[in-house]
Amino acid sequence: MAAVQDGPIEPEPENEIKTEASNEFPGNPGDASGGVPPTAPVAAVATEKPAAAATDSTERQTLLAVLQFLKKSKLFESEEILRREAGLLNETGDSQGAAPGGAGLGGGGGAEPESGDASSVLSRVAGAVAVAQSANATPAPAKVAPVVTGGEDQPDVNVVLAAYSQQGDPVLYPVYYSGLKRFIDSVLDCHRAELSQVFYPLFVHMYLELVYNQYEKEAKAFFDKFHGDQECYYKDDLRILSGLTKSEHMKGNETLLDFRTSKFVLRISRDSYQLLKRHLQERQNNQIWNIIQEHLYIDIFDGMPRSKGQIDSMSGSLAGEAKREANKAKVFYGLLKEPEIEVPLDDEDEEAENEEGKPKKKKPKKDSTGSKSKKQDPNAPQQSRIPLPELKDSDKLDKIMNMKEATKRVRLGPESLPSICFYTFLNAYQGLTAVDFTDDSSLVAGGFADSTVRVWSVTPKKLRGVKTAGDLSLIDKDSDDVLERIMDEKTASESKNLYGHSGPVYGISFSPDRNYLLSCSEDATVRLWSLQTFTCLVGYKGHNYPVWDTQFSPYGYYFISGGHDRVARLWATDHYQPLRMFSGHLADVTCTRFHPNSNYVATGSADRTIRLWDVLNGNCVRIFTGHKGPIHCLAFSPNGKFLASGATDGRVLLWDIGHGLMIGELKGHTDTVYALKFSRDGEILASGSMDNTVRLWDTVKAFDDIETDDFTAATGHITLPENSQELLLGSYMTKSTPVIHLHFTRRNLLLGAGAYNP
Amino acid sequence: MADREERKFAEVQRDSVKLMAESTGVELSDDIAAMLAEDVCYRLREAAQNSSQFMRHAKRRKLTVEDFNRALRWSNVEAVCGYGSQDALPFRPLKEGELYFVEDREINLVELALATNIPKGCAETMVRVQVSYLDGKGNVEPQGAVPTAVQSLTDDLLKYYQQVTRAILGEDQQLMKVALQDLQTNSKIAALLPYFVHVVSGVKSVSHDLEQLSRLLHMVKSLVQNPFLYLGSYIKSLVSSVMYCILEPLAASINPLNDHWTLRDYGAMLLSHIFWAHGDLVGGLYHQILLSLQKVLSDPVRPLCSHYGAVVGLHALGWKAVERVLFPHLSAYWSNLQAVLDDDSVSNAQVKADGHKVYGAILVAVEKLLKMKAQSWSVPVEGSVAVRERSFPGLSPPQEPVSEPGFGIASHLLQGTAGVPAEEPVPVQLPVMYRELYAFFGDSLAVRFSTGPGIKPRASRSAPSQPPDSKKEGVGPDTTRKMPQLTSSLTISPRQDSSPKNEPGLPAAQNSSAAPSRFQRSSSSSSSLQRSKPPPSKAAQRSAGPPREVFQKSRFPLPPVAAPFSFLIAGRQTGRRCQGRRFQTSFPQLHPPNPSAQPPRGYAHKLPVIGRMGKPVKRWVCSQYSLHLPL
Repeated sequence: MAAVQDGPIEPEPENEIKTEASNEFPGNPGDASGGVPPTAPVAAVATEKPAAAATDSTERQTLLAVLQFLKKSKLFESEEILRREAGLLNETGDSQGAAPGGAGLGGGGGAEPESGDASSVLSRVAGAVAVAQSANATPAPAKVAPVVTGGEDQPDVNVVLAAYSQQGDPVLYPVYYSGLKRFIDSVLDCHRAELSQVFYPLFVHMYLELVYNQYEKEAKAFFDKFHGDQECYYKDDLRILSGLTKSEHMKGNETLLDFRTSKFVLRISRDSYQLLKRHLQERQNNQIWNIIQEHLYIDIFDGMPRSKGQIDSMSGSLAGEAKREANKAKVFYGLLKEPEIEVPLDDEDEEAENEEGKPKKKKPKKDSTGSKSKKQDPNAPQQSRIPLPELKDSDKLDKIMNMKEATKRVRLGPESLPSICFYTFLNAYQGLTAVDFTDDSSLVAGGFADSTVRVWSVTPKKLRGVKTAGDLSLIDKDSDDVLERIMDEKTASESKNLYGHSGPVYGISFSPDRNYLLSCSEDATVRLWSLQTFTCLVGYKGHNYPVWDTQFSPYGYYFISGGHDRVARLWATDHYQPLRMFSGHLADVTCTRFHPNSNYVATGSADRTIRLWDVLNGNCVRIFTGHKGPIHCLAFSPNGKFLASGATDGRVLLWDIGHGLMIGELKGHTDTVYALKFSRDGEILASGSMDNTVRLWDTVKAFDDIETDDFTAATGHITLPENSQELLLGSYMTKSTPVIHLHFTRRNLLLGAGAYNP
Repeated sequence: MADREERKFAEVQRDSVKLMAESTGVELSDDIAAMLAEDVCYRLREAAQNSSQFMRHAKRRKLTVEDFNRALRWSNVEAVCGYGSQDALPFRPLKEGELYFVEDREINLVELALATNIPKGCAETMVRVQVSYLDGKGNVEPQGAVPTAVQSLTDDLLKYYQQVTRAILGEDQQLMKVALQDLQTNSKIAALLPYFVHVVSGVKSVSHDLEQLSRLLHMVKSLVQNPFLYLGSYIKSLVSSVMYCILEPLAASINPLNDHWTLRDYGAMLLSHIFWAHGDLVGGLYHQILLSLQKVLSDPVRPLCSHYGAVVGLHALGWKAVERVLFPHLSAYWSNLQAVLDDDSVSNAQVKADGHKVYGAILVAVEKLLKMKAQSWSVPVEGSVAVRERSFPGLSPPQEPVSEPGFGIASHLLQGTAGVPAEEPVPVQLPVMYRELYAFFGDSLAVRFSTGPGIKPRASRSAPSQPPDSKKEGVGPDTTRKMPQLTSSLTISPRQDSSPKNEPGLPAAQNSSAAPSRFQRSSSSSSSLQRSKPPPSKAAQRSAGPPREVFQKSRFPLPPVAAPFSFLIAGRQTGRRCQGRRFQTSFPQLHPPNPSAQPPRGYAHKLPVIGRMGKPVKRWVCSQYSLHLPL
């Protein structure tokens, strides 16, 4: 199946190697695994061909399997037809008849008994294959087991595991492994780092294979012997692995299934790859070679091998790095055009003179909006790419307010850092789990572990509910201040409690117009609350497991949620079913964020990857790997170009969305980063963490450093500047309070929030 | 490596599985039990891993029972009920047999329902804003500090605070008693804790006023003993205040008429009590305190009263502390002390008197050291036994092993845990130590050490069976003249080396009664304040006349005291070395009072066991005062 990955690459070099290899083959007869028939060099070449060069060994095998099935079912006619159509006129050997479908697949890369026939078939079909090859450029992991349900949520476990049934002598596994280790230690330095990437997935698969085949002792010995060699950032997974010692346990284990259903992706330069391949062929190390072919996806690139630092910065996710193709899609990261707003003159500030004020007002207004609206950002999506709700009058008013505030905004920079206000939740013994501020910073809401949601007004304006229906009917609906009149003064209070959930509230989000509040909870629901009546309006049921995060689109109406079921769902407030389901993460979706243009959503996951999804078509357009722990917060820069992510590893990573690259690593926090926020102009990134600090980072510099660089976007290789300490503008202690939310007011005052729990 | 792997996980033994199966009437073969056990382990690990994500999303660092139950629920397993309590669940061994269990006390619902001290539900959750950093620079308030206004105080709380502080620091003794008593038992003052701690930290500003200092220390004691308060990080502040009183050359001590010695003794006792009762909180401080004591001791410039404080402080921290710090230091210190003691000039009289105090304190400490050493030496330590023994005496208070880092009894068990530094100084052999000490103290040491029939290991061993008797008989005749010293040692030391349980009671009792009475515990009810003096007087014995006058007034009536003391030692020894079980069973009735340290029986029932949850405290308290405060 490595062949599949090699698809787009010219087969030429492969053939060369093969011939070289074949010359040496006669030298080592009798491989322990007994896979390769140690016959004539010609045969060896032939066997190798389907494995390495041939395009779609999977497809071929599927075909063979189907033929076999037809034959078994005595559907000779169909078999004949299919055979003819496929060009497989030659009868394939009966030896295959014995091999059940699963084993046939599993043995794909290896030299199973069928190899003889397969090779002969192949040599005949070479032409046809070459054609099919080009069509098969997308190597989807789902194809690992075409018989299986594909890359679905819960693949048929037994089938998935079945691939492990074929195994060599368990005693030799440590030998193989250490043999490979010795080899990799001996290669040139420049290749060593790259090839070392193979260790971890190999280790895991060998271990699992041993466990699956019930060599418990051997498995344990194998684990003990080699687990120390693995990169430290895999230690969480290793811990899970080490607990798994029985094949019966494998069935329910999600981590394991992730490993099986998805190929571990490695990026290796062509030179290094060929070194490895040649070595394995020389040693006839089929066991390892099989694993590499079946369970790894090796993304081969041309050029310099990467350094250890480069590799380390990108690896660490559950399933290896992202494939390069995964980040090739075009992303419209630009902002949408701001709607032209007629500025109601009387609304303008009273401070200006009446006569002069009007014309003056209008102009700056138009400029500020106009600058954005006049020329469309080439990177922005079509205005109507995603249908967005129309602006209501109140929205327009709010926009005007926003603009007014923006003129008074403090310009931040390394020289002028923001002031920080901290909102401390006192007596929150029930456990504060989520916080959100409204955009205008007038309300703050907290989600608590006791299932409640509480909303506070942080301005002198109290929270009031709407009057009862009876009272409302008495109101003069034509009066100008009807909106004021409908409010029930008697209900005014500083805070309101919202009851409805039946589990801890893990995520909370205000709608941009401040009329609604979303909350998601362990009870697997997302609830929409009205901030007019302070009641629950809708409970969105769709997730089957706890929902970890939810957020409103910046334009309202849509919202996104993600949870333990590994799926992120896009909803519209007036639909009770999700509009989109974004599935692909291999573990819980832990945080979800809307892109400022509302056309994309980013999700962070416990599989240590971040994915960017296109709301329009539901495609995954970016996969970012590099975090070494579950990701717990995300933030888009206000211009939509960049993404920041924070994880349990205490690091904040910066990503360039357009190029799909990691562009910065901000080290400093000593505990999980739970809050990230860009300042209103994007010059400063604030991060808040469990370690009771808020840190400010100079993003202008971080982005500049990269942008001036002529980075090789094509290869996707990044060398992170070692200057993350220079980017740190300040580190601010709270008073023994973990920071779980950060917010910049419209004037760039930084608000933090957290619960003080002595 | 393999070992490490294995130790990472909880393992469920095959036997446990079999037991459980039996309890439901199923017989399992070994094979099946083994497989089940392994599977159970795996499932446990899985559940633990799953539960961690609930913790992460709740943005906590501590995994709670609830997290675990959630994980179970989502994997379609029934939740485990009964572990959601906030209080620690003490894990106890059964006296006989290898049985361990989580204590599950019966709760008297009626009592609970009618209790008047139900904590009011915690205050309303609220949001308070504060400008923390202006322009990213100046801190409006010092960073990292605990918020001052954690709770906005209600009016009643404020009133209570004012009344109580006024009463404690005021003139009226009776009022002070009542206030202290209430401080010790009031369940609703958690919100005021920071304020009280702040008041206590005022010791530094009243170092001229002994009376105030001792009142503040009383306040510390009440706070420490209040079972409803979680002292948390405040305990550090309390400890530092206490240390201040013990170690600093207080302004008050300039006047020789001021009895600052008592204050220091009291402080030391308080210190040991804190370590006993809140070892889990202060465990990390143990080493630090040892260091600061050592520093004072090794600083010849410090006045003798500071040295005295250091010595009693060390003594209070247990004989291990004495061995580790004082003993190695003794030879160096000795020469200085000797110089002071040998100077007979008139101008030196006061200093010399002080010197005798120090001398006496050292002697007491060293004596205890020798005795404990003798015991530990002669009795091979048996871990589990000792643990059992420990856990027994103080049943009521939750007993964290860490809680008494320095205490003789269990300290050897605790090595490596937080409180006790893992490296033990190379143990000095007892004979060597004795010889060395003898060189300093001469006969006075010898006499003391060999005193009393009960001291020798053998004797002690036999003693346990009938402590009360041995108490009476053994003591009487020979110890008479040493009495004073003994009493002194009692006052300071008993709590640390012997089983801690009764100590807390002591302080409580003393505390509740007026200051003067607090020390009278043993026989010498007469002059509690002076009890610090005895050691010197003993020293005096050795060096004959002069010092005696100095301490004259502090003398106790000798005879009555003597008897209990020697018994004490015996009891202690027994407690220490004999198997806990035997010990325990032999004195079931004794257990409220500490068998070892409780000489006067009359007192015994009065000295409640105090722990954070200790019921006895309440009982004792309530019987004495019924205080209804508007909270």
